[in-house]
Amino acid sequence: MDINKENKVLLSQIPVGGKCVILGFSAENDDCDRIEEMGLTPGEHVEIIRYAPLGDPVEIKIRGYCLSLRRQEADRINVELVP
Amino acid sequence: MSHPDSLLEKKSSIKTIALAGNPNSGKTTLFNAFTKLRQKVGNYPGVTVEKKSGTLVLAKDRIVNVIDLPGTYSLTVRSPDEQVARDVLLGRTPEVPKPDIVVCVVDAGNLERNLYLVSQIQDLGVPMIVALNMMDEVERQGRVIDLVKLSQRLGVPVVSTVANQNKGTDELKTLIAAGVSAGYSRVWRMAPDIEEEAEEMTGLLVHHAGMSRNEAFAEALACLSQRTRFETGGKTGAILQGYSDELVARMNVILDRLQAKGLRARTAAIEARYDWIKSILKDCVKDKQKKGKDFTERIDAVLTHKIFGWICFLGIMAFMFYMIFTVATIPMDWIDAGFSYAGDWVTAVMPEGDVRDLVVNGIIAGVGGVVIFLPQILILFFFIGFLQDTGYMARAAFIMDRVMNKLGLHGKSFIPLLSSFACAIPGIMSARTIESPKDRLVTILVAPLMSCSARLPVYAIMIAVLMPAATALQKASIMLIMYVTGIVGACVMAWFFKATLLRSQKPVFIMELPPYRLPSWRAVVLHMWERSRLFLRRAGTVILAMSIILWALMTYPKHPGMEQDQALKMSYAGRAGTLIEPVIKPLGYDWRIGIGLIGSFAAREVFVSTMSIVFNLGEDAEENSLKEAFQSASWPDGRPLFTPLVCLSLMIFYVFALQCVSTIAVVYRETNSWQWPLFQFFYMAVLAYVAAWLVYRIGSTAGFS
Repeated sequence: MDINKENKVLLSQIPVGGKCVILGFSAENDDCDRIEEMGLTPGEHVEIIRYAPLGDPVEIKIRGYCLSLRRQEADRINVELVP
Repeated sequence: MSHPDSLLEKKSSIKTIALAGNPNSGKTTLFNAFTKLRQKVGNYPGVTVEKKSGTLVLAKDRIVNVIDLPGTYSLTVRSPDEQVARDVLLGRTPEVPKPDIVVCVVDAGNLERNLYLVSQIQDLGVPMIVALNMMDEVERQGRVIDLVKLSQRLGVPVVSTVANQNKGTDELKTLIAAGVSAGYSRVWRMAPDIEEEAEEMTGLLVHHAGMSRNEAFAEALACLSQRTRFETGGKTGAILQGYSDELVARMNVILDRLQAKGLRARTAAIEARYDWIKSILKDCVKDKQKKGKDFTERIDAVLTHKIFGWICFLGIMAFMFYMIFTVATIPMDWIDAGFSYAGDWVTAVMPEGDVRDLVVNGIIAGVGGVVIFLPQILILFFFIGFLQDTGYMARAAFIMDRVMNKLGLHGKSFIPLLSSFACAIPGIMSARTIESPKDRLVTILVAPLMSCSARLPVYAIMIAVLMPAATALQKASIMLIMYVTGIVGACVMAWFFKATLLRSQKPVFIMELPPYRLPSWRAVVLHMWERSRLFLRRAGTVILAMSIILWALMTYPKHPGMEQDQALKMSYAGRAGTLIEPVIKPLGYDWRIGIGLIGSFAAREVFVSTMSIVFNLGEDAEENSLKEAFQSASWPDGRPLFTPLVCLSLMIFYVFALQCVSTIAVVYRETNSWQWPLFQFFYMAVLAYVAAWLVYRIGSTAGFS
């Protein structure tokens, strides 16, 4: 996956109901493994299901299941919007 | 059965099996189905991971040990749970035999992510059976999984199960009885460059550390995904214990080479595994597209809604507390009556003397004072089990995470803290659901600041003395102030601990939101029973011992013929109360309150009965007579003792102080050390002292009395 794509945005910028494809992580650290192990690997499709009532965390659908991430994590994941 | 015959051995000597699987995969349900009530719950040595084991009776009177591994998403060693799961599978845990077979429980409705763990376990080279659980849900969703093909592609037997209906468990048992061999060879591949390095490291580990090839490869992957070089001569993390300096040096050469080439081995294996899984699913799963939202999505639209979400959340919590504080009081009264009946009975049958006194006032009263909370604990754990098994608990954490995050905690800390309003003991025990050890510890440390129900009698009598003519509303608002003070204190301390002592990199909050499911009542009741048994066992051991010690302190040395209040004053506890008078005088307390403080270590509500003895009213004095005694109590110079300010200061003291041996005992068990409960006791004592002093000082300066 080319991480320097032009239409690259952060996962946290995708609106509710939006679908996108993971490009990679903007900053590498130990937590990235944990996130990748849950199935958020480059090339995977993600759908934003909803934000929690207080605006954080966010619920996403990936690999057929639902996962919740804090904005802080979603901020580190580069994605490309799928129309 | 859906496994090739070549995988079956004719005869086997299976003694131990392990159940592995993701959280929410139904692993525990299968464990319950296998072991029924033949379960044991304990701790793994040195860590606070719960160790569950039991026995499975196979046909022909064969008994097999079953180990229920902690539910994990991965075997990469990042949490104590994962460490334990990995160590047990590799036979590295003392006292736990290496499992002959691993049954990996897989949520068939969430196959893609669940197979990730399957792939990791395969690498360890342990014979495995995959239990494809909750197949009924998959069928309902109109998905078809080709079991024969899946079994072929994975290279292990696959059994379809519905554990909560006991479906497929017989087939699993037959397979276990027959035995399974590990005929696995890795099929997934990473980029050639990384494969090469992994191969070399595997060779090193086989040669130098004497591992089997499978084990060495799994270890090599873990080592390759390290971010930094290894240090020689020491233990660099958990994986490297006992490696020679030479081996470490050679491993570092490989790491350097990877870095020079700019290769990222850490994620290569993850991605390669998932690619392999995807290719398998493409072959084995036929998805009939269904239209419309599913059950879970429809429920979540309400339960995590911006407005209705809060209403439901508050409603559920209010209902839980209503049950704890009202319904539970009925059996609590029975227990209370039962224990006082037992006390009376012993008093009647035993000859008068120290032994009778010990049994009645030490053992029966002491243990009874704690066991009385059993109904609350049962109800609380019923709710926790129910909410967890339906999937709502994850939603509660989802809703509350923003708030808890502000304190540096996790959404999952919410339930333990909330539970502590009933009693800190179940609250602390329920902190086990928090994965991050530091978050869990902070939660445990602040949980007793939540005003538990044992403080209620103390608040009640103090409020009665403070404002004899107060209306119910005024009383309730003072009570509320006490609760809020505790909550604020807990928040401040949680934030403080996270910022200083238990500082950690903000843990990633990634939490699965599992589909809503009808809970199995059996599982909920079992969970409730298990927790209560742990509680009762503690009441029977540590709490019993503490009760006896406190009783002895308040009884000895004996002064025959003396009035009860005088004898108490001359006892060790009484002398300690007199001794600490100079310390507590700045708070406005005299030695009599000192004795009350010391006596209430057994349980906070004991303050009331201790004070009754101090004022020579007998133990079962009416609240009103105690109130009057308090109101007329005075210092030697005639100043009244229980001024409004002293009452307030005393209440504040009880908000913060860890006046509860049972909590100390439970924290000891949960943290596996004396260091944390002692630390907790002292920090809370300091907090209580300072707060009570401030109330008294500021109040006096402002002209109140």
